[in-house]
Amino acid sequence: MNRVRAWCLAPTAGVLATLFLIPLAILLGYALLTRGAYGGAFPPWTFENWQRLADPLYLGILGRSVAVALVSTAICLVLGFPLALFIARAGRRKHLYLYLVILPFWTSFLVRTYAWMFLLRDTGLINEALLALGLIEEPLPLLYNYGAVILGLVYGYLPFMVLPLYATLERLDPALLEAAADLGARPWQTLRRVVAPLSMPGIRAGSLLVFIPCLGAYLTPDLLGGGKTILVGTLIQNQFTNARDWPFGAALSLGVMAVVMALLMGLIRRQDEGVL
Amino acid sequence: MGNVLELNRLTKHFREQVALESLDLTIPEGEFFSLLGPSGCGKTTTLRLIAGFEEPTEGEVWLRGRRLNGLRPYERNVSTVFQSYALFPHLTARENIEFGLRHRAGGWRADAPQRVRAVMEMLQIADKAERKPAQLSGGEKQRVALARSLVVEPDVLLLDEPLSALDPNLRKQVRAELKALQRRVGITFLFITHDQEEALSLSDRIAVLNAGRLEQVGTPQDLYLRPKTRFAAGFLGPVNWINGVGVRPEATRVMHERPSEEVRALPATVENAVFLGNCIHVEARLATGEQVVAEVSRLNGTFRHGEQVHVWWREADELAL
Repeated sequence: MNRVRAWCLAPTAGVLATLFLIPLAILLGYALLTRGAYGGAFPPWTFENWQRLADPLYLGILGRSVAVALVSTAICLVLGFPLALFIARAGRRKHLYLYLVILPFWTSFLVRTYAWMFLLRDTGLINEALLALGLIEEPLPLLYNYGAVILGLVYGYLPFMVLPLYATLERLDPALLEAAADLGARPWQTLRRVVAPLSMPGIRAGSLLVFIPCLGAYLTPDLLGGGKTILVGTLIQNQFTNARDWPFGAALSLGVMAVVMALLMGLIRRQDEGVL
Repeated sequence: MGNVLELNRLTKHFREQVALESLDLTIPEGEFFSLLGPSGCGKTTTLRLIAGFEEPTEGEVWLRGRRLNGLRPYERNVSTVFQSYALFPHLTARENIEFGLRHRAGGWRADAPQRVRAVMEMLQIADKAERKPAQLSGGEKQRVALARSLVVEPDVLLLDEPLSALDPNLRKQVRAELKALQRRVGITFLFITHDQEEALSLSDRIAVLNAGRLEQVGTPQDLYLRPKTRFAAGFLGPVNWINGVGVRPEATRVMHERPSEEVRALPATVENAVFLGNCIHVEARLATGEQVVAEVSRLNGTFRHGEQVHVWWREADELAL
């Protein structure tokens, strides 16, 4: 039996080892080497890349990235919770609504991000319409700022918040909501004292699934944020392309990973402490 | 003492389906009142209309002279013991019991901790206070659910088949405790059940419902001995229907020799006789073809398959519909 299990797991283990662990080891090696003039990484071994992470310039970018990811996650939670609750209570229609939530996945994320550019740019649909209606004199600066980045991130990752929230809310016994009302709790008190605590697993899972990709996001900040809003994803990408500083790019990647891991550990520990 | 609860032509339709049709009921203060009927008879719908989980299609609910129609569940001074108990899984037993005191009108008063402790002691769950529902047995969960609903001192306590989730041995014990509890707290209990034995043993009065309509209201004795409909007669216990007359098995006698002229008697053939210890369960076929069941004292002799016997009963024991 154990043998069968081992063989069944072998392909997965193989894929993870070759595509995840080995590249990670290479990244760790790069991060300890010196940059070459045209990219690549060469001896001698050094800790200099790590020391540069402490540079206020880079710490600032990392801090801003964490802030953007946090704000995006919070907005996803605020928008996603009522939506998930609505779908979970929608009876026979919930399958239709779930289908609509994942519908955007049917087209490429890149194409959808370009679509936002068409909407938001100075000569985009929104500004043209507002100008035509005479509501504004000049195009509103909708694109190439943090607002546009957060909008794009929320749009892109909202389904990752809604789906785990839906999964926990759908399992919530409706009798508990009736019991709360029966005992005198008004709807918002029921939400705060019964629904929210019981959907914590979904809130945690959804927040992680949104926060992690938002922190490392490259495409959205690059396309919707433009050159003025450098976030850590763009910074890393720059090191491997224009800046040709692979070792520093590797150190940055591992730094972001460390932030995510620390967060994950903290959340897992809290989850173990609670009964749920 | 006045009436605490009045249902006035209470009606509920779900789409085309009639769940409850024009129910009139009056329940006086302090009564243990049961709604009895098979599943789908409208008893749970009635409870949900009183609690405010559903709004009636027509008719009214009055609680202590106040019309409840249109009020939300949290605006009604009734509380419910749910069939599944519906305890909050993330809260301890004590926090579950405190829930109502925190949210109901009046809020958390100085005497709240005392009241919580008193109700937990009354229900003998004080030592389980800090446990979560998952760490409680079925009987303990039920006590917590009862405590949680009683501590808010509702005008009427609604109990939705609260014994059905317990195992049969525990059920009889809890039944006796429930009756004692109701006497002690003096709160009006509205008890929903499909189990006639539960209803008979617990209630001051019972309403029998069938297919959304009221069949009969009365004391257990009224319903068992003087049912007004064939349905009520049959739902409260087995009946032998002999030439259109109903006789309960324990009032049906069987003997070998011919009984005296004053009683009703018919010849029959024993089809089966089962010794049950305290009595003998005799199934006999009348000459007319009807089957009769009798619970006969073992002191009245023994009966064997195929024996010719006389089935008899007193006129006073007939159910007059």
